[in-house]
Amino acid sequence: MSENGKIRTIVATDCGSTTTKAILIKLIDGEYRLVVRGEAPTTVEAPFEDVTRGVLNAVREVEELSGHTILDGETFIHPSEGDRGVDLYLSTSSAGGGLQMMVAGVVKSMTAESAERAALGAGAIVMDVLASNDGRLPHEQIERIRHLRPDMILLSGGIDGGTVTHVVELGQVVAAADPKPRLGMGYNLPVIYAGNVNARGEVDDLLKEKTALSMVDNLRPVLERENLGPAREEIHELFMEHVMAQAPGYNKLMGWTDSPIMPTPGAVGSIMETIAERRGIEVVGVDIGGATTDIFSVFQHTFNRTVSANLGMSYSVSNVLAEAGIENVMRWVPFKLPELAVRNRIKNKMIRPTTVPQSLEDLKIEQAIAREALRLAFIQHKSFAVGLKGVQQERTISEAFSQSSSGETLVNMMDLDILVGSGGVLSHAPRRQQAALMMIDAFLPEGITQLAVDSIFMMPQLGVLAAVHEKAATEVFEKDCLIYLGTLVAPVGTSQEGKPCLKIETTLPNGTVVNDDIPFGEMVVYPLGVDESVKAKLTPAKGFNLGEGAGKPLECTLTGGVVGLMVDTRGRPFELPTDEHKRVEKLEKWAKAFDAYPA
Amino acid sequence: MAHAYTPGLRVSEMTVLRKERRLPIKGDVIVSKGDRVSSDTVVARTHLPGNVRLVNVASKFGLPPEDLPSVMTKKAGDPIEKEKPIAVTKGFFGFFKGTVNSPCDGTLESISTITGQVILREPPMPIEVDAYVDGEVVEVFENEGVAIEVKGSFIQGIFGVGGERAGEICVAVDGPDQKLEAALLDESMQGKVVIGGSHIDWDGFEKAMKIGVNGIVVGGFDDPDLKKLLGKDLGVAITGSENIATTLILTEGFGAMGMAGGTFSLLKSREGKKASINGATQIRAGVMRPEIVIPMPDAELPAGDGMSSSGGLEIGSSIRVIREPHFGSLGTVTGLPNDLQKMESESMVRVLKVKLADGSETVLPRANVEMIEG
Repeated sequence: MSENGKIRTIVATDCGSTTTKAILIKLIDGEYRLVVRGEAPTTVEAPFEDVTRGVLNAVREVEELSGHTILDGETFIHPSEGDRGVDLYLSTSSAGGGLQMMVAGVVKSMTAESAERAALGAGAIVMDVLASNDGRLPHEQIERIRHLRPDMILLSGGIDGGTVTHVVELGQVVAAADPKPRLGMGYNLPVIYAGNVNARGEVDDLLKEKTALSMVDNLRPVLERENLGPAREEIHELFMEHVMAQAPGYNKLMGWTDSPIMPTPGAVGSIMETIAERRGIEVVGVDIGGATTDIFSVFQHTFNRTVSANLGMSYSVSNVLAEAGIENVMRWVPFKLPELAVRNRIKNKMIRPTTVPQSLEDLKIEQAIAREALRLAFIQHKSFAVGLKGVQQERTISEAFSQSSSGETLVNMMDLDILVGSGGVLSHAPRRQQAALMMIDAFLPEGITQLAVDSIFMMPQLGVLAAVHEKAATEVFEKDCLIYLGTLVAPVGTSQEGKPCLKIETTLPNGTVVNDDIPFGEMVVYPLGVDESVKAKLTPAKGFNLGEGAGKPLECTLTGGVVGLMVDTRGRPFELPTDEHKRVEKLEKWAKAFDAYPA
Repeated sequence: MAHAYTPGLRVSEMTVLRKERRLPIKGDVIVSKGDRVSSDTVVARTHLPGNVRLVNVASKFGLPPEDLPSVMTKKAGDPIEKEKPIAVTKGFFGFFKGTVNSPCDGTLESISTITGQVILREPPMPIEVDAYVDGEVVEVFENEGVAIEVKGSFIQGIFGVGGERAGEICVAVDGPDQKLEAALLDESMQGKVVIGGSHIDWDGFEKAMKIGVNGIVVGGFDDPDLKKLLGKDLGVAITGSENIATTLILTEGFGAMGMAGGTFSLLKSREGKKASINGATQIRAGVMRPEIVIPMPDAELPAGDGMSSSGGLEIGSSIRVIREPHFGSLGTVTGLPNDLQKMESESMVRVLKVKLADGSETVLPRANVEMIEG
């Protein structure tokens, strides 16, 4: 019951392209906890063409599983009355392909990159980045806009008070393309102008007749500072007003929710940002789906998100093979298969994306592909996450000009505190050890890093909840969303197999005294459960670093998880043996150390 | 009775299909409701605005943008001709005149005194939409297109490349398990839709393209050959716009796999008839599969919609295994247990019991089978 205006019952849904997920959160003994989760197919397409059908079905499943009545027919009981109804209903959506945008800026590595960052941060898929210096002729840019038919365009360029010529030229390109939105012929394409304020008049003249133009503060008002907030907010607003409103049933759904519907990845980013800020930690999160892989990071208080639109485990599985190359995929597989068989197998997964690995051999191939998808997506993320905030005080104008080409990434694996994985292949791996190994192999964390997976992928719902009820969102995130796998200790440096690498001294909760010298090239797991922690002294060998400097010991507290305390002395940078026999032997040994697969 | 839903491709001997044919932008519909059309009948046409050319006249003359109007010989809205002047400087006493010529025919769209650019637009490009299938116009969407209804056989493939084509059906193999070897293709198949059995290799497909076969329908094709055909590794299954001479439709998947018996015998029974085919495949939200439409305007319609294999999986249903192990095998459902079961991979999944064609019995994840005919 809602007493004194207190929120006691919350339902949040996430309308994905294929599945609508609903979660029920309740205030239990003064703490917000997840009660159940339900799901149903998304109903944006024929024959239903009404997203609310899928929402109601998912919520009904929640009702059945929890015994808590939420609906009265097809209406939410709101606010709650006794043991019925909800106090807060929220939703995110990526149905219909999510939000697809084009962005434009004058200089590719400066305003165009800032615009891309704003769009990605808002949860969009960036279809293309136009810039005055992107090497394309204007007519090629115009053709591109026409061909792609984005949901929205973000136009930026120029610092406030700077020259207007180039940004007006970009406006001319957009106007000449006379862009049409992806969904329907009946409305004008939303265009957000977030560039030099002095060019507003000219941009307005060019675009106000042909597009639904809105103006927000410049996203790069001076060279050394980004101001992405207003552009991001406007993207969210227009996403609701224009894009969502075109999708079947969304007008009805918007009437039900207590807060605006957010694009799914925007919501995930928002929860990551909130958690990093509250705990003062550096975070990397990944969501590997069937079609795309999203990576989120917060380093030096700077949030970055990238979406690798064509790296995924079903629809895009074949693209992982195309981008990584078959040798890179097969290097993670501890047996040999002819290339033709592997290629046909992966293509068959692409054309029948809903199949599941039945044999152990098939599971290992699938997890090999996942490692490469994650690795490639993370490379993309690192090259993009080159924020400005961390260095703005020292930055000179000439440094600002070179910031992206020289591109010092903000992602520092040694500083990373926690790596969170989600998405089917990680969240639903038959053994959690497999998820841990995939994440370690793909991301190669350095020093001391906690690993976790999102148990049932509820970060989107918690993200939208964080915007209206941060306490509930963070409590559920901590208690029910994250499954801690444990802590990884991975010294940086390389050596030869069998040579000294790390000395570990600790006493485990079960009383076992550990005083081990772990040689180079090993993977070791010590039992250390969820909610358990130990004090440990870690001494890297000469030439190895755990964050304190080469060969410098470190005393710290290590926390456990469902896998345990993991030690990886395979070195950074990491290389697999090139000898076929040796490689297979090593892969099998490491998997055995983690008890990753059945014997 | 135990019952489950599983994906399946549509195969129908006789059904009524409705095909919407729309322009990408508004234009003119040139047929009327009730008209009979054939696959090549143009049903709607429009003009796409021409490509835009930007010429920075001010910078070519080294003038400030605001002086641009003084050198322009054409104004906004004027027609322009390729290689003819659009701007001329006065020069000194009539000498040393500078000229900027138009790079294209079309019209001058605008002159900007902010950027110094002149925007030229090439002549509009005509686009036409044809009927794709032989049938009847049953609805006109004003200025946008039409809906065409066609009665006939309909078969969905699992994957295809190449766009819309039409041609007479020609069966080149004796049975669904026979490979469509290059030697089975000849000049008489030019312009036709050739039905193979389990597989076509690169030599065969290359010969088909050389002959000018309009379409090939087979059970399987190898991924390395697809890479050869497209000139790149296909990353994401969005196809249909490839510029290839012969449309390819796979009914079963990648590798050699006998065409489902029902599909083959239906195609065989329609030999000599005209088929409209489209290889376009899109496997994302809003799945689009390649298709074969064989109009049969005079045939009788059966009761119901004539569609099969799109719904429930029951004991006795015929299935094909669509993932290893047993990939490609056919079988019959013998049980649909409710409880989740642990696979060799340790995944907990819903399963079905199957008797395979070789007589052996096995348990498979429900997600790894699809219903088939025959």
